[in-house]
Parts: sequence; C-alpha cells; structure tokens
Amino acid sequence: MTQSNRLSGGQIDRNTTVNFRFDNRNYTAHPGDTLASALLANDVRLIGRSFKYHRPRGLLTAGSEEPNGIVELRSGNRQEPNTRATTTEMFDGLEAQSQNRWPSLKFDALGVNDLFSNFLSAGFYYKTFMWPAAFWEKIYEPIIRRAAGLGSLSMEADPDEYDKGFRHCDLLIIGAGPSGLMAALTAGRAGADVILADEDFRFGGRLNSETFSVGDQSGSDWAAQAVAELSSMPNVRLMARTTVIGAFDHGIYGAVERTGDHVATLPAGKPRQILWRIYTKKTLLCAGSTERPIAFENNDRPGIMMASALRTYANRFAVTASQRVAIFTNNDDGHRTAADLHAKGVHICAVVDVREDAPVNYDYEVLSGAQVVNTKGRLGLTFVEVALPDGSTRTLECGALGVSGGWNPNVHLTCHQRGRPVWNDDLAAFVPGSNLPVGLTVAGAANGVMSTQGALQSGAEAAAAALELSVAQPVLPEAEDTPIAQKPFWYVEGCKRAWLDQQNDVTVKDVKLSYQEGFRSVEHLKRYTTLGMATDQGKTSNISALAIMAEVAGKSIPETGTTIFRPPYTPVPISTFAGRMKGQEFHPTRLTPSHYWAKEKGAVFVEVGNWLRAQWFPLPGELHWRESVDREVRQTRASVGVCDCTTLGKIDVQGADAADFLNRVYANGFTKLPVGKTRYGLMLREDGMVMDDGTAARLAEDHFVVTTTTANAVNVYRHMEFVRQCLFPDMDVQLISTTESWAQYAVAGPNSRKLLQKIVDPEFDISNDAFPFMGCGNITVCDGLRARLFRISFSGELAFEIAVPSRYGDALMRRLMTEGEEFEVVPYGTEALGVMRIEKGHAAGNELNGTTTALNLGLGKMVSKKKDGIGSTLSEREALVEPDVLRLVGIKPVSPEEKVTAGGHLMNTTGPVDAAHDQGYVTSAAYSPILNSNIGLGLLQDGANRMGEKMRLVSPLTDLTVEVEIVSAHFVDPEGERLRA
Amino acid sequence: MIINHPLLGPRDASEFTYLGDASLINRPDWQAEDAADAFYEYGYLRDNPAGEHQELWYHEAGDRSWLVVTRDTTTHEISKVELARDVARARGRSK
Amino acid sequence: MHDLVAITALGGSEPQVDTVGGVTCREVPGAALASAAARMGQETKASKALAKLIGAPAPGIGQHAGDTVTAFWAGPDQWMIEAPFDTHEELTDQVKSALGDTASVTEQTDGWTRFDLNGDQIPAVLELLSMLDLRNIDAGSVARCSIHHIGCFVLCRSDEAFSIYGPRSSAGSLHHAIVTAMRSAL
Repeated sequence: MTQSNRLSGGQIDRNTTVNFRFDNRNYTAHPGDTLASALLANDVRLIGRSFKYHRPRGLLTAGSEEPNGIVELRSGNRQEPNTRATTTEMFDGLEAQSQNRWPSLKFDALGVNDLFSNFLSAGFYYKTFMWPAAFWEKIYEPIIRRAAGLGSLSMEADPDEYDKGFRHCDLLIIGAGPSGLMAALTAGRAGADVILADEDFRFGGRLNSETFSVGDQSGSDWAAQAVAELSSMPNVRLMARTTVIGAFDHGIYGAVERTGDHVATLPAGKPRQILWRIYTKKTLLCAGSTERPIAFENNDRPGIMMASALRTYANRFAVTASQRVAIFTNNDDGHRTAADLHAKGVHICAVVDVREDAPVNYDYEVLSGAQVVNTKGRLGLTFVEVALPDGSTRTLECGALGVSGGWNPNVHLTCHQRGRPVWNDDLAAFVPGSNLPVGLTVAGAANGVMSTQGALQSGAEAAAAALELSVAQPVLPEAEDTPIAQKPFWYVEGCKRAWLDQQNDVTVKDVKLSYQEGFRSVEHLKRYTTLGMATDQGKTSNISALAIMAEVAGKSIPETGTTIFRPPYTPVPISTFAGRMKGQEFHPTRLTPSHYWAKEKGAVFVEVGNWLRAQWFPLPGELHWRESVDREVRQTRASVGVCDCTTLGKIDVQGADAADFLNRVYANGFTKLPVGKTRYGLMLREDGMVMDDGTAARLAEDHFVVTTTTANAVNVYRHMEFVRQCLFPDMDVQLISTTESWAQYAVAGPNSRKLLQKIVDPEFDISNDAFPFMGCGNITVCDGLRARLFRISFSGELAFEIAVPSRYGDALMRRLMTEGEEFEVVPYGTEALGVMRIEKGHAAGNELNGTTTALNLGLGKMVSKKKDGIGSTLSEREALVEPDVLRLVGIKPVSPEEKVTAGGHLMNTTGPVDAAHDQGYVTSAAYSPILNSNIGLGLLQDGANRMGEKMRLVSPLTDLTVEVEIVSAHFVDPEGERLRA
Repeated sequence: MIINHPLLGPRDASEFTYLGDASLINRPDWQAEDAADAFYEYGYLRDNPAGEHQELWYHEAGDRSWLVVTRDTTTHEISKVELARDVARARGRSK
Repeated sequence: MHDLVAITALGGSEPQVDTVGGVTCREVPGAALASAAARMGQETKASKALAKLIGAPAPGIGQHAGDTVTAFWAGPDQWMIEAPFDTHEELTDQVKSALGDTASVTEQTDGWTRFDLNGDQIPAVLELLSMLDLRNIDAGSVARCSIHHIGCFVLCRSDEAFSIYGPRSSAGSLHHAIVTAMRSAL
C-alpha cells in the first residue's frame, strides 16, 4: 500500500523518493511533500489524540492553522513537541511520533475520558477540582499534568544553534500568494528595497492549490515565474520558510526563518532557526484567508477535513485523503473541491449544500438544502449521515468529508497594535479595521478581496500606494474573478457533540453552557472553555464560536466582538527567542588583564557582574577555600599582596569646570584638592541615599580620574552624563570611560613600597615624604613604560594602586610576582579583599544597598552644606537624621568561633524576637584570620552610642541565635597608622 | 520602538536607557527658601499622563547623548526628539 | 626601553586570524587610539586642529577620515583618533600637542580591541550581529552599535573591509560572536 492515495500531477518531485518514519513505521514520500501530505498519501488518516477526551483525530487543514495534526519531530535531545504535520517539510530521514496517546495511537487508555465527557464540560477545571483544597497540590494537579498537555519534552538541552538577525527594507510583504507576488513584482520593478516573506517553503500561496490559470499559465507556473523574476532583482530579498510572527511599534516586525528544520542533519555552525527583527518603512500584509468549518455531530473523525485542504492535497501534493469523498458546504467554494477531485479521478459521493439553490452539477450528485447530521467510523470516517430537506436521511459511504463554511481573512497582524477588525456582511467575516499598525496596509484575501484577479490587482495597487509610486498601472494577467456566493451557516441544529475547537475539545454545547453560566465576554468565554488557546490559537474555531455566542446572546457578531490577537502568529520555540544568548554566552564575559596569568596559577574565579575575577589562589595542599583566603590575608598584612582591581570603573573627567562638576556629583568637596592628590568621594542620589563611592585623583588642574565600584561603573557614568548634559549644560567638562585602558593592581602590605621601588623607575621618588598617603601621579615603570600610581588603600595597609596600559598588565603581574619573591608576595582574590575591608570597616556594596545614607555609614560629616551637591538637600530630611537612625557598627561574637551571618538581625539580649523589636541587621560577615574570630559589619539603631553592648544576632529562618558584642567597625588599625606609614 | 535621534537618525529603542519624566531637568535651586519642599516635589511627584509625555532617554549604546523624547503613552507615537542639553539650556539651565 | 611583553586582547602573543568562506576576521592589536572631546566654546578650533593632524576635514556625524592618523566621530564634538601602534604608541601625547587647550584628550589604546573583517560577504555576517541599517553604510562610515550586548564601533573602510572596535575586556565574547556569525552566515 505504498502511497496508495497518490494522484496525478502536483508540485512534488516524483523522480526522487525519500523515506520517513511515523510512530516507528517506515513510509516513502517525495520532496515537495509535507509530513501531512505524505501520511495521507500512505493512507494514514489517524494522526493524534485530542487534548481532553483523547478522541482519535486526523488532519483538518493543509496549513499553519492546523489544530489536530500535531506531532513530535525528531528524537533524543532534538525532540520537538507540538509541531504541525501540515507545515513540516518532507526530507529523507524525517522522524515523527504521534503524541498525547498511551500506550498507542490506535488504543489510547485515556480515551476513557470520552465516556465521562459529561463531567468534563466547559470550566471543568474550575468545577471538578475545587475541593477539598488540600487535594489540589498532591492529587489533582499531578493527575491533570499527566493527562493533559500535548507533546512531551526531551528534558535535555537542545544541542542546536539559533540565531538572531536584523534586516531593513522599504517594503516588507508578508505572504507570497497572488497579491504578495504581484505587490513584490510592482515594488521590485520600481527599484524599491523589498523583503518578501512567506511561511511556506514554496511561494505562491493558494495559486499552488488551485487549478485556475493566471494569464495563459497555470497559477503555480505563474507563481514560479514571478519568483524567478524576483530572484533576479538585487533589491528584492525572498525569505521562504519565514513566518512573520508579530507587528511591533514603529514598523518593526518579528519573523522566524526555519533555516534548518527541513534537513536531516544541520551542517556545523548553521542555525536551526533565525529570529529576524525587520525594520520597515512600509509593510503590506498579504496573508490570505483561512477556510472555516461547519460544526455538526461527530465532526472530528479522521477524514473530516476542510474542503480547501482536500483541494490543496489533491492539486499541490497529488494526494487524496480517500478514494471516496463527500463535501459539506454553505458556499460555492466547496463545489470547487468536488470538481477538482472529480477531475483527478476521485469518486465524489455527493456535495451536501445547505443552500436550497446550490449550483447544479452533472458529474456527481448535489444535495441542495441538506445538512450533515452525524458521522461514523471509530478511528476514521466510514459513513456520513445527511438530512434532506424533505425530512428523510441519506447515508453516504466515504472515507473523507470536505467541509467548507466560508473564508476568514487572516487579520491577525493588523490587530497586534490593539487594532480591532470590523465585520463585513457580504463575506460574513471580520476584515481589517482602520486602526492598523503604523505603515501597514493590507491587500488580497487578507483584506477581504477573495478572487484571484482581485488579489493580483489589490497587491499591485497597495504596493504602488505604499511606495507612492507614480508608475502606470502594471499590466495584470487575466485570472479567476468569481464573486462570493455563500450563506452564513455555523452549525447544524440539534447536535450534541459538535466540535468547534478540535485542539481543546470545545463543542457548540460548551459555548452555550458557558454563556448560561454567566460568561458574557468573549475573553471570559476563551478562558472558561479554553477555546482558541494552545498551538493553533483558534484559527479555525474562533469565528464560529463567536457566531454561536452572538446567537445565544441575541446580539450581532460585531457586537459580540473578538478576542485580542497577540504575537506570535504561530508558535515559536523558546530556543529561537534565546538565540545565541545561552550558557556561557548568556551575557558577555569580561576578563581582567591578569586573567590568563591567574588561570595558570589555578585561581578560582567568581562572576562579578560580567567580570570574571580571581576569588582566591589555592596552593597545593590547601583543601578548603578558607585556608587559601586566610593565608592571603595574613601574608598581605604581614608583608605584601597584589590584587587585580582593574574592574573598578574609571572615568576621565577633564575641562575647566571639572572640579566644580565633581563638587556637584559628590557630597564632599573637590575644588580644594591639590594636583597630585587623591580624595575619597561619596556620591548620593538626589533622594539623599548613597549611590556609590570611590576616589578622584587630580592629575592636573583640569583633569581628574574618578573611580567607581565595579558594580556601579555603568550607572555612575550614565548619571554623570545626565548631570553634565541635563543639569549643568554649560559646564566645560568632558567625560570618557577608561576602565579598560589601564590594568590596575592594588599592591598592599608593609612591604608594598619596597616591592614597588624595584619596579618604579628611579627618577620617581615614592618615599612617604615624596609620595604620601593619598598621593597620585604619572610615572614610568620597568625602564620607561608609562604608568599611574595612586597611594590609596582599601585593605587598611600601606598600599598603592599601580596602573599600566592593559596590554602590559599580564607582564606587570608576572614582574611583580618575580620581584616580590624576596618578600614572599602573594596574589590575593576578591575573598581576601572582602575580609580585609571588613576588618578595616570600609563600606562596600553590601552597605551601599540603596537604603543607606551617609549618616548611616558613619560618613555624615562628609556631606558638605556649603555647596550644591546632588542629594545633600534631601539627605537632611527629618526621618533620615533622627538620633536613633541606623549606624554602621562592628559585630563580634562573644565566642569567636560562632558564626556571624550576613542578613541576620540584631535583637536585645532579652525580649521578643520579632519585627517590632528589630534593632538592625548584619550587612557583611567574614572570618578574620588576624583577630582569629568571626566578625561582621552591620547597621544598628543609634549604633554609635552602643559600643560594648551585648546583643542577640538572630536568623529565625536558619534557626540561628548568637550572642554578639557591638564594637567599632574598624577592627584593624583604627587610628590609620599603617596606611600612612 | 524607533527613536529618531536628532544627530544619528532612526535608532532602535533597545540602544537607549530610559530614565523618565523630562521634568527631572528642572532641578530646584538648593539655596531657595523652600528648597526642601521643592526637592521633595522634584524627586517624588510626577504626572502620569495618558497621552503626550516628555521623557528622558539616554543613548547608552550609541553616542551617549541624553535626549528628550515626546511620546504618546497610549500609542507610542513619538512626535519630537531633542538633545536634552538644548532643552536644558532653553529651560534656562547653565552651570 | 622597558622589557614588558604585551599580549593581545585575546590573550595570545600573536593576533588571532579566522577564515570562514570568503571572509577573514583578524585580531588587530596594532592600533593606537586617543579620544578628543572639544572644550566648551572651542569646538571650531578643535575641529580645525584635528583636521590639520589627520590631513583631512574633521569627520562629521557617522564618518571617519584621514590617512596614517585617522579620526572617527564618536559623539557630539567628540572623536577617536586612530594610528598605527608601532609608530604612534605615544599617540595621546601627539594629539594633546596638536589640539592644545581646545580639547580634552584621553588615552584609549588599550580600552579597545579591534577585529578587521575582509571579504565579499561581510553584510551577511553583520546582519546577524548588529541592528545597523547596512544600506546606509559605505566606505567612510562609522556607527556605534551593540553586538551581543557589547558596545562597539563599526567602521566601513570599503565594501570588503570593515573594522569592529569593542571593549578590550570583552574581546573573547566579541570574537566568539563574530566567528559564530561567520560560520552561520557563510
């Protein structure tokens, strides 16, 4: 029975046969097929099971609107669920599985749901699983999760690559049917920069599915010729397999190009899909229209399909769903299917037309004024029961039934900017409204122009209008130009189980029930019944449901309205949205100048924002990180240590008003800072809270180098530009970041000067007298390399920061290590850095947490009242300066081995432990190898006056209570003698 | 969204950082009698118009210009884009 | 003369070269850079002094100009000056003396890493990397853009020669982005 349902003709490559597997059986097909057409060719009608009742289902359509033919593609970590068989392009080696069935497609245990359908009607989630509440998490939810849903995930990472890209054009044309092709020809010939995108792998739209001629060619030949002409134009880009998924602000469109879904193996480095952002001046929507069904009893059996889909399968893919076909229609279009199939030798059992005045045909029987009232066939259609106008019934034996209820223009993208479609009585359908996305116009069937001739003409006219072309009317080929003839007909009266939304198992009855239960808005109807949800978003069901809702409510369809259309038009894998931004590429990684050297030394790295910084440098034999960190701290304080601090933000501030400018952005003053000196600076937000801290070194009267914390480098630069451009636009000040230009190392410890003296060129005197604490200057090192030296200290030791151009940073670090051997120099990482600054009582990120003022941090005196510093006015607000505000304190456990936990709260030694009695909290904690004790910094109410007080440090979440003593935050060298040495 | 940068032409909004109401340019005089109240209002009280709104955008991934963008908050229509420095000067700000 | 040995932004002693299809991506450590921003009220003088330095009118918005010493527009009244590193390691001093008090000059050489793309299908690579409208970019153009969240300058020297400047610390990520896009597009 190999491809027993193949017909003659079609746009497939019969010279090539490809093999594919469905549910572990081998089949053959031809290039040009879809998975759907190939399955039909092989007489496979049963494709899947429905969502709720697990009813057997087959294909309904031949396009992206498909609700039923949903399969899992590929296997292993490439498995992709919920993919439409109707848009899956055939290739040799294609692998697909049916889904939502167990143990097999033909016998599905959960098919039993169908017998209990009375209990699973509209809103069943809300009704059935309400009580007892305790059952929800343990019983109901797991059951629902197992039973519901469509495909399954591999639970493995997707190994394929996905790209993002950006394109610009004068005119984006969405859809390459007759109107889109004609529009592209018109615009392309006029020289415009055009992108023509279509979700299909073959351009032509309905032209490929019809037997109409265009001019003296078949429609598909005309389309192929148009594509050939467009391909030859350098100003036209053709994007096949590309779905435009959304219309966004100001002419931006999202599009997904499936570059690798139609090949068995992706070439190395090639993406499976590309998410394009297309910037357009004008856009033309030529998305065509979608045929809608008629609901009747048991209208969901495999073999019952859209009449236009049967025609597509026959004309384009040379396939019939069955050798015996009946048609059920309310319009002339249904008759076209009968004629085309008949011409291909398929037996037409009858055309059932609800209209009394149905067109007559002499090749097959037409039953006028008749309706399909029931069907039979458990796993596939076998019989159709027809009620005739005289009250009698007829049974037709057939394997396929084509249903046509008229056509709906594909208005989706016209609504993505909250536009609403309007009702057109002639078409009995919604057409695009007037509130379209900026720059968008609509042509062809998407705009309600339903004939081929009309589509060609409207495409040409719309393209010319969009581009304001004054060229003469293009000569259009002659084509089919039949007027619409139909009678709106939504469902057959008296049916019990007539399916509207086959993907979500919503029936006519469910819609009526939902209305009776008080869900009057269409948006509520959607949520209550799940109509129009999931992968097809109700493309074949929404309008019929609205019509039924309108009927029950006694309102018109336009009064009832539609639900909002939102992007994406068809489902998009999350991987496509992620693109390259995954794993290590989730964000850029910034490496310090000493990174490669640190890696050689076996450093453990930590992510600090985008930076990778050395956290500590373990030596052989050190088993616990604390051993390394304690050693780094002890050795730095005993002799000398080196730490890469390049990550601190550095901003070059120059100009005649540079000092004045710093006076505004810092709370403390800078105008009197002498050249060759550095000052600590505290930056406030306008609300008086601390924004950041750092240093400003004055290299010349009109030149400062400002440092920021690593975390705030970007924000501070942005803030300084705001102050410069928006607040003080006439200040002569210029800013530029130099963070990356200089490799900067902290050299700290009592031997730091001795080490640097071996490196700094001898003409620069760095003795305490010549280069005192907070000194700075341009120097040279290692015989002539330009460098900068700052005598600043974060550790509390005698310390310097030395900077050289980044390319020499690696070499300088190696040199410091070899020259420092005599002092047993150690490199230290961010952990030791943190320990030493806590020992010294320096505030850092944990303390500058956005809720602290200068006063809180013990720096209240730095806020100058004599100048216009940002934040100084609001920092004096009453509540911020009350006597008992939080103050920075040191915290020491009474037993040194007891742990201090950052985030723990401080309570009095007696009394309740609750929020009302909270006295403050711990911001930073560390083990001090110098004090041989755990220590912490914290913020405590009236802390400055509570030195020596015993308190309880509590963390109720971790069940921790520690007795602690409040001490000065300056655990080490409180007088600052070391750093001035 | 697309912001038509006065110097660079149309640029994707993703290149910009948003700050908010362009009234942030109108920073009060710190020496005024009512400075405390004025700064409170400046810092905390904002209009929230449904319609035209002047707001500050920063071309962070571009030329680092601060811009004043006049945007309709209901439609995203952008009717005017100016350099914030020019706006600040026009509002009388200097040094 | 000092004896410290420089490494490239990608961490090598020699610049990295990658070729995919007809496009080659070269790491270029041999460029010296300095920024110059005109002082308030000195804009005209600064651009005249710059013109003299580069031997061409100071580049306008989105442009670059010059021969051995070149300059490109970086912001309002702000330029980056570019010259061969081997002969112009002290470029900042040279620019300072040329522009005098008319501009604030800052060394930028090692703030950046440069990758040069050469070949005939560069737009196919760039459209996967940046949102620039490549139709508006031709020889002499320069544009600031974001490549995988990395702020870059893209200079078009000819249809088949582009330079991308990105921050030095992100060189590895930027290089990965470029080469990945080359493998994808070519």
